[in-house]
Amino acid sequence: MADKLRAQQQLEQLQARYIGVGHADTTKHEWMNNIQRDSLALYVGHPALLQHFSVALNEPQQKVRKMFIDKTIQPCGPPKDKDAEMED
Amino acid sequence: MAPPSVKEETPDIAEAPRVRKRRWDVVSADALPVKTEEELETKLDIKLETGSKKRSRWDEVESTPSSGRKSRWDQAPALDATPMGQSTFGMQTPAYTGAAASGSAGQVAVTGMISDEELDRLLPSEGYEILEPPAGYMPIRTPARKLLATPAQTGSGFVMLEDTTSQSHTLAKQLPTDIPGVGELQFFKEEDMKYFGKLVDGRTDGDLTLEELKERKIMRLLLKIKNGTPPMRKSALRQITDNARQFGAQALFNQILPLLMERTLADQERHLLVKVIDRVLYKLDEFVRPFTHKILVVIEPLLIDEDYYARAEGREIIANLAKAAGLAHMISTMRPDIDHADEFVRNTTARAFAVVASALGIPALLPFLKAVCGSKKSWQARHTGVKIIQQIAILMGCAVLPHLKGLVDCIAPCLTDEQAKVRTVTSLALGALAEAAAPYGIESFDSVLEPLWLGIRRHRGKGLAAFLKCIGYIIPLMDPEYANYYTKEVMVILLREFSSPDEEMKKIVLRVVQQCAATDGVTAQYLREEVLPSFFKSFWVRRMALDRRNYRQVVDTTVELAQKVGVAEIVERVVVVLKDESEAYRKMGVETIEKVVAALGAADISERLEERLIDGILYAFQEQTVEDVILLNGFGTVVNALGLRTKPYLPQIVSTILWRLNNKSATVRQQSADLITRIAVVMKNCGEDVLMGKLGVVLYEYLGEEYPEVLGSILGGLRSIVTVVGISEMQPPISDLLPRLTPILRNRHEKVQENTIDLVGRIAERGAEFVSAREWMRICFELLDMLKAHKKGIRRAANNTFGYIAKAIGPQDVLVTLLNNLRVQERQSRVCTAVAIGIVAETCAPFTVLPALMNEYRVPELNVQNGVLKSLSFLFEYIGEMAKDYVYAVAPLLEDALTDRDQVHRQTAATVVRHLALGCVGLGVEDTMVHMLNLLMPNVFETSPHVIDRIMDGIEAVRNCVGVGIVLNYTWAGLFHPARKVREPYWRMYNSAYVQSAGAMVPYYPNIDDEPEYRRSELDVWL
Repeated sequence: MADKLRAQQQLEQLQARYIGVGHADTTKHEWMNNIQRDSLALYVGHPALLQHFSVALNEPQQKVRKMFIDKTIQPCGPPKDKDAEMED
Repeated sequence: MAPPSVKEETPDIAEAPRVRKRRWDVVSADALPVKTEEELETKLDIKLETGSKKRSRWDEVESTPSSGRKSRWDQAPALDATPMGQSTFGMQTPAYTGAAASGSAGQVAVTGMISDEELDRLLPSEGYEILEPPAGYMPIRTPARKLLATPAQTGSGFVMLEDTTSQSHTLAKQLPTDIPGVGELQFFKEEDMKYFGKLVDGRTDGDLTLEELKERKIMRLLLKIKNGTPPMRKSALRQITDNARQFGAQALFNQILPLLMERTLADQERHLLVKVIDRVLYKLDEFVRPFTHKILVVIEPLLIDEDYYARAEGREIIANLAKAAGLAHMISTMRPDIDHADEFVRNTTARAFAVVASALGIPALLPFLKAVCGSKKSWQARHTGVKIIQQIAILMGCAVLPHLKGLVDCIAPCLTDEQAKVRTVTSLALGALAEAAAPYGIESFDSVLEPLWLGIRRHRGKGLAAFLKCIGYIIPLMDPEYANYYTKEVMVILLREFSSPDEEMKKIVLRVVQQCAATDGVTAQYLREEVLPSFFKSFWVRRMALDRRNYRQVVDTTVELAQKVGVAEIVERVVVVLKDESEAYRKMGVETIEKVVAALGAADISERLEERLIDGILYAFQEQTVEDVILLNGFGTVVNALGLRTKPYLPQIVSTILWRLNNKSATVRQQSADLITRIAVVMKNCGEDVLMGKLGVVLYEYLGEEYPEVLGSILGGLRSIVTVVGISEMQPPISDLLPRLTPILRNRHEKVQENTIDLVGRIAERGAEFVSAREWMRICFELLDMLKAHKKGIRRAANNTFGYIAKAIGPQDVLVTLLNNLRVQERQSRVCTAVAIGIVAETCAPFTVLPALMNEYRVPELNVQNGVLKSLSFLFEYIGEMAKDYVYAVAPLLEDALTDRDQVHRQTAATVVRHLALGCVGLGVEDTMVHMLNLLMPNVFETSPHVIDRIMDGIEAVRNCVGVGIVLNYTWAGLFHPARKVREPYWRMYNSAYVQSAGAMVPYYPNIDDEPEYRRSELDVWL
């Protein structure tokens, strides 16, 4: 009981600091959202990666950057009904 | 009756003897005699009013029951029954009888008697007969004689505290701790019956109304919280918090508040109830409003409790109450108390308002305060208003700075109030504000400077003292030139008041002189010429040394003056005191000199003065009748400050020490040994090696000392000599000294242990070759006992000494000793042995230790195997990167341990893996680490918190070693497993990986194609 409570508190603390951490009830959709956002943030955050994408896509770096940043808004589409997802 | 005091910020706490419960029970004049407020007038009035109520011991028997009580069953929780009553009132004074009972129980525990019940339980009922004691036998009942009969030595050697004496067993059984519907409680006091009696009246839930059921539910929860075991308390607290809204404010507070007013409430119980209120307040929020006043009535007295924690808790509740009820409601509730006739109420109200201000912000309260301070209706309101601001300053400290101007302007007009009390409290409040704001905010005080300066010229006595105090706090805020000007202005008054007979005035004057001297603008020359002569004339007198507070003030002020005028000036004047006939006065002189010299050094002191100083301090040292650490410190500081200049006096000092080392009194011997420790470095610097050798020999001869405290100091002295002269130069030679130390290692006194182990460790480190290997082995055996010492420093020193000894005589023999020690029962000893093995491995290279250690793992005994694993864990922690050569060697052992049935085995093995993996990051042993990971993974379903934590740590370390990708491949399988029990640990693993290396995980995320948006299509881009 007490341990569970503590684990819960620790998780909440962790979640407050790192938005991407999950728990047993995280849905696949939420998880994929985090994955996408982390990946996009990584591309934007490393100049070499950004250059790689910009050369490959033949677009200016700033445009590619903006595209990635824009994509972080709902990267996996609108949020799903949680119950529906839990069932499949 | 205490003299009137003007010091208003803390008096009630210091003087009021736990008044809190009284006033609120009896709201009539009955409460007045217990109120101790500071103003003389009030006191006199009260005395006149209620003179008849003040009872002496002689009339208490009549007066106690006659205070309007019908039967003892319907009495209020805490009527003012004088708790001096005899056994006739046993029920009313349970705290006292309880204390007496526990006292005698304690004595019984000391003498170790066994009660009849105990004997019944110990001995079989058949085959034994209870005999009548002989006719003439009289058991000893007087405790004094009993104590004489058992000369148990207390204080020497350490004693394990037994909490499960036979008495506590039997005692616990007698109390009714089992309440229906509540379960086994930790305790149940007689007073609890008053509040919780309903729970044992035997009525069933069937014949109760809904309200009654609710009442009982709350009652049970409160009882669990107040008297229950920690887990019980926790769940009950949770329930009461979660259901606070359903229960409703009325039902809750009707029970909690009377409980809090119970006079016999222990601190812990009060703390728990306060916690309940705290939690409940959060939940109830605005529903508490109807109860604000009731809660305040109970909580406000906590604000002036003498116990710091009670005050802090009181503040916390009032702050939360203010947040829940809102400012407007708080003001309207407390408004009537502001000009209450009773000063006690006004005082607590002021404090409560200060708490409200700190909770809701000063600006919110400022308009209200302005109105109160300007109240035309009554001076009491103005007095309270000013007091609120004073309390705000004390409570909030530098947080008043943004609102300083507003606060000062609020009370500035009151400085010229027609009521003397208002003026006094205003200047005190200004002082508090200035103290809180220091060193900023002088501009806010501009408006009050003029009235203050007019005030110090106009007023006398108490009013003047308060004004001076205020100025003392304002001057340090000023620019240097202003400070200089104002200091000169105020100094005239101060010099006049130097000769004031009033004690309180003296203290304030000293404080103000101290504050003025500390400011930049005041010059040394001014102080030297104007202040010092009359200061020394009025305050450096024998009488000042007698009162503790005066003593402190004088010393502090003199030290502060010395900062400006220099060491020589002060020491010159004080040095005569060292030879005074009054011991307290000499002590005051030594302490001042110590502080001055410690702060400013002795470079200023002339040759002649130096002579007088040493002479004086030697005199003071020799003449002390009660050995005091002040003299020791003073002597040590002066000698160290003089350094090389001490050389001519050293023979004399040493002969004093030698003489006193031979003294009959233990404290004298101890003090002289301590003095050696202080001056050893200086003696070495002065080149007095011969003298040191002499001291060393003498100390060595005194090693037979019987008092452990003294022995500890003697060992400390030897250690300091060894440290400064070096092992090889030491007199007596180490080969003589160490064998004498071996038996002392067996001494169980903490101070002795600490000093011996330190000395032995130093010898082992620097001069192990002076002693035979056999002697070192003997010491090893003695050291094992030290591993279970209570003090961590001793255990640490013992462990390090093992390392040095192993280095000196080779690890084999030491290791055998240590490995054998792994078999002992005591856990702490085993843990320390494990640490020692780790240290030996670190000092003598791991290959000398590992084979023997791993061989020991073959012993089919749980403790030994665990000990080996623990040693390995410390070993790998200490050796770090060196571990890479031994990874393959220990792998099979770890394999075995990680697949053992015993949880603790696996847990400890996981710790080993962790340290191993962290030591080998990037050193090419990833293959083994993956193997370890394979063995760790099945353990993730462990539920015991210790085990699972260690396993997760192990996995985390392996992840650092082999990279996040490989570990993630194990993780994916469980994240969306149908069973929650599987998902939970896997997500935990994922989270720890995510926290440490979210970026590195990006390339390793799996491809998930069930929705088109889930694909990370940009990864398909190739160049």
